[in-house]
Order: sequence, then structure tokens, then C-alpha cells
Amino acid sequence: MATALRSVGYLPDEGVATAAYLAMAMARPLFCEGEPGTGKTALATALSEALGLPMVRLQCHEGIDASQALYDWDFPRQLLHLRAMESRGAATGGVDAAEGELYSERFLLARPLLQALRLAPCVLLVDEIDRADDEFEAFLLQVLSENRVSIPELGEIAADVPPLVVLTSNRTREVHDALKRRCLYHWVDHPDLEREVAIVRERLPQVSETLARQVAKATRALRSLDLLKPPGVAETLDWAQALHALGRTELDVESAAATMGAVLKYREDGDKIVQLGLDGILFR
Amino acid sequence: MTTPAVDGSTELLRAHLGFVRVLRAAGVPADPSRGRAFLAALAELGAPDEPAGPASTYWAGRLTLCSQADDLPRYDAAFSAWYSGTTKRQQGPAPTEIPTPSLKASLTGSAPKAQADDRPPEELTTAASANEVLRHKDFSELSPVEREHVRALLAGLRYRPATRRAVRRRRSARGPVDPRATVRTMLRAGGELVRPVHHRRAQRPRRLVLLIDVSGSMSPYADSLLRFAHVLTCAAPATVETFTLGTRLTRLTRAMRHRDPDVALRAVAAAVPDYAGGTRLGETLKVFLDRWGQRGLARGAVVVVFSDGWERGDARLLGEQVARLSRLARAVVWSNPHAGRAGYAPVQSGIVAALPALHRLLSGHSLVALEELVEVVADA
Repeated sequence: MATALRSVGYLPDEGVATAAYLAMAMARPLFCEGEPGTGKTALATALSEALGLPMVRLQCHEGIDASQALYDWDFPRQLLHLRAMESRGAATGGVDAAEGELYSERFLLARPLLQALRLAPCVLLVDEIDRADDEFEAFLLQVLSENRVSIPELGEIAADVPPLVVLTSNRTREVHDALKRRCLYHWVDHPDLEREVAIVRERLPQVSETLARQVAKATRALRSLDLLKPPGVAETLDWAQALHALGRTELDVESAAATMGAVLKYREDGDKIVQLGLDGILFR
Repeated sequence: MTTPAVDGSTELLRAHLGFVRVLRAAGVPADPSRGRAFLAALAELGAPDEPAGPASTYWAGRLTLCSQADDLPRYDAAFSAWYSGTTKRQQGPAPTEIPTPSLKASLTGSAPKAQADDRPPEELTTAASANEVLRHKDFSELSPVEREHVRALLAGLRYRPATRRAVRRRRSARGPVDPRATVRTMLRAGGELVRPVHHRRAQRPRRLVLLIDVSGSMSPYADSLLRFAHVLTCAAPATVETFTLGTRLTRLTRAMRHRDPDVALRAVAAAVPDYAGGTRLGETLKVFLDRWGQRGLARGAVVVVFSDGWERGDARLLGEQVARLSRLARAVVWSNPHAGRAGYAPVQSGIVAALPALHRLLSGHSLVALEELVEVVADA
């Protein structure tokens, strides 16, 4: 599994590789929790690439409901169709047939969950589940545990093979135990220095080795400073890219100060770094 | 999903199950279904009659038995203790009860009852006037019998959460036209335009976060405030979050959700390790904001801090953190039991630092004061 992920440019540590392998082998959803920017969403993308499976993504938000996640009917098109039937004067098969035609596949809008069940085997990414409401979690639980949905007008749609599900959470609130119990739980940490350097080199081959190492080191130093928003891997990549765009091959205080906005997202954090002395932190 | 208990592996199986028990005793809620998942994961990673490698065993357990980040340090400790053999492997049933700290009595109110036996029984008339006196009485001045009575009155408190506009819309008599629902009714009528359907944003309860200072100087109020928190949690379980501040931060939301107040308060007592200790308000508030508040718990919420504002740590830190909290939250209300006393002036270093960022400073020392607090929260 680790090799497969590495081949598509995702460098997993042992935990991630084991988690991904077990999720496949045990057909259990994988619940990934961790700080923003540790590569939870990227894992799902990498899995779909590595396994050669299509990916379906469901982005959760407050107030998301079944019609946005599962399916809906295309009412305007149904109405047009009805008008067209009328104007043709074609009630050939009677009312029932007309109704059957209106509630058929062609007017069904498949939303991510239904798409995933139909496409399976595939990778289903349920992103930021912690943003959805409790009720949605309960609904999701049912779909994930049964791998089938029933649509009153059409009947049941079931997946032959359960999709490989990756759920991510930034821990803005606690997700219900009932959902977690059906998942494998993996806490995704920031990568260690060597892996982070490797990630930068892998994603941004144009960035020099020295710069990649210095940036990774400096970001790690920033993470240890108790900031409001410690930088994630995504920020390391942004920063390296920004410095590279400025034509730098090595990190220096001046260009670091100019590109701070790629790493630190709070004014307080910026002030704190300036107070502590930039060069002391960057070149420890 | 059972792992075959082959003869040679029975011993091994027992060892793994022993680890699950030890883990549970260490406070990780690993129930039997998680235990089964652990064994299944082990089977996937290696042959069942052959010991899986330590790394595989570690990850198999961590992925299946843990369910939150807080479990991980406990898991690591239990894992290294068990699999390196420093924990004595017990035969027979493992201890499942976590010893309850002795402070339980002070919170659940069994102590006042014991005291009551020593004293001459007090006559407590339930007449309205007596209730009225009680409602105004400072919690710290209540006799044990009165305390029992105030608890009953607290339970009758009505909490109406503040509301916010929801993303979802609800059908309504007026408001903008809902195209989807309108077309749906048209379909039902065979394509004829019947009448437009209107919709409107629904209202949802706003989250309420209660931060209760349980340091020594607040101990006369802690019991009543925790019961108050329980009453609010019962009224709106999904939207009330409770934490205690002291020398450290403790999340009580889960314990508070038991319907029975005594069960809930016992669970609270077991969860709070720093009852009646010192305070480092600024630091604990920072921990709250880092771990919970900024991630979303305090965003748009109404936050109530119950504290007398005696800050032993750096008052400037407290000021900064309260300001940060007020930028995240809809409103920050500070409830200070001393604020109800005649001649009170906000002079404690903590309160002075926090004051500029507060929405309201209230008293909260008596039942009437708590009722006022509930009103303020509802209108925030």
C-alpha cells in the first residue's frame, strides 16, 4: 500500500499506510482526524489515484441534508417534459405510465452519495464531517453501514462492492461515537522533518534541496511556538513555492519576512515572530 | 467478524484481550466491538497463530481501539506497558471501576446531608414567600436544607436558547418564492400554476458555552453552578457545552448529558481533577481557545464565564484571551458571584483585564441572578 501511494506522489508514514490497508481489507470507513494541512484530504485523492478508482467527494457544511448528499429530482425538467407530453397530446399509456416516466432515471439528480454507490468500487471522500449537523451524521451512518439507499419512486440502489470511504475532520466539534465506532480512527500528525522535505521535493521538484530543507526546518520551528494557527504541510509547500517564485535558492531573513504571509495567517502570529526575532527562529 | 481461536493462538488471543482490558482501565472507552475489530485487524496484518510484529500490533490497536486524539497518549502508555510486560497480567476479571476521587461528596451533596443529621432539623416552609427569600439568597450562605430546596427550584428553571438564522429554509406563509417547491406543486397539479410556495430561513438554537471556574475561591458556588449547567444541558442537549476552569481545563459536556442530575454530577465529579484548587484563568482559557474555541465551538456562540476573577497568573494574558474569545463569540458574558454584593467594584486584576472585551458583567450568586443570566443569554 505504501508503495502504491508513493508511486502517485503521496508519501505515507507507517500509520497512514496501515490505516489505508486495513480500511480496504476490513471494508471499514477510515476516519482521519488532525490539524488542518496535514494531508487528510490529499490521502483520499492519492488513494483513488493509486488504486485507479474514481473519486467522489462530498463536502460537508452546516445544514447539509439528504437532498444535497443523496439525490434529488430535477423538477423543472420534469415539468417541461410534462408540458411536452401534453402538447403532443400523448397520454398514450395513461396516467400511470406518464407518472412512471416522470420519476425515472433521466430526471434523477444523483448527488455524491448516490453517485458513489453506483460507481463503486470507488473512493468516497466525505470531507469535514465535523461541519455537518448531528442529524446528518446519523443519516450518513445508515447509508455507509448498509451501502444501499431506497428511493420511493425507483426502488433500491445498492452497491455491489462497498466504496472505500475516507472521512475527514478538523475537530471543530466532536463527532458522534456511533459513527466513529464503525470506522478505523487515524490521527494524522505533521510529518517528521525528512518526510516533509521529501514531500516538498516530490511536489515542487523545481525547488532546490537546500531551500526545501530550510523551509521545512523553519516551519517545524514555527509549529513549536504556540501560534494561533500553526502552519501545516500545505503552508510549507506554499512558502517554498513563494520563495522559489522570488528566485531564491536559499532562505534568508529578508525574503522570509516578505513571504511570511504564505505561512502565518494571523496578525498576532506575525507580531509574535517579529518580537521573538526572525533569524533566531529560522536558523535554529 | 471473529478471529479463529486456534489452539496455539489462544494464549496470544488472551494477551491481546488483556491489553484491551488494560486500555479500558486506563480510560480509553474501548468497547467489545472495538476489541473484535482489533482482533480482525491483527488477523489482516499477520497470521493469527504467529505473533504480529510490534509495529503492526501497535497500529492495529491504535486504528481500531482509539476514537479521539485524547486517547492517543493513554494508548501509547498502555501499549508500551503491556507489550513490554511491565503491567502485571491479571487472570480473571480486570478492575473496571475507575476509583472515584474523594471530592465526589463535595459536589454531589451527600456531605450536606450528613451534616444535616447533626443539626436540629430546620423547618422549611414551602410557602411562596420563603421561596422568594431563597431565590435571592447568596448560594454561599445556604444551609444544607436550603441547598436541597434551591436545587429543586433550579431544576424548574426555564432555558430558552438564543437563535440564529439557519442555512436551511423552511416553508413559510410569506417570504421569497421557493422555485423547487413551487414546481413540485405544479407537477402534482398536472403542470398548472397553482400558487407559489414561499420559504424562509429557519431559526436554529445558538450554541451556549459555559466555562465554570472551580478554583478554591469559587467552591461555595461550584455545586449550584454545575447543577445550573446540568439544567441548561437537559433543556438543549445538542447546543450546550460545559467546561471547568481551574489549574486545567476539563470538558464536561458528555458527563452533563445524563438526564439524572445525581448521575450527571457524579460523572462530573469523576471528571474534574482540580476541584477547589488554584486558578490560572488566562492559561486555561487559552487552552480552551486553542483546543476548542477557535476550531469552531466558540464561533458565533454565546459564552458565559463563571468566575470571581481572582487571577494568580498573568492578568494581561487573561485580557488577551478574553479579547480573542470575544472576537470569536457572539457575546461573552461574565458572571461574577461577588458582583451581586453591595459595594462591589470590579477591581480584581482578572476582571479589570477582561472587562473591556465583555458583553455583560452579571452577578450569578443567587437563583434570581441566574434567572437574569438566562434572560441575557436568550437575547444575546
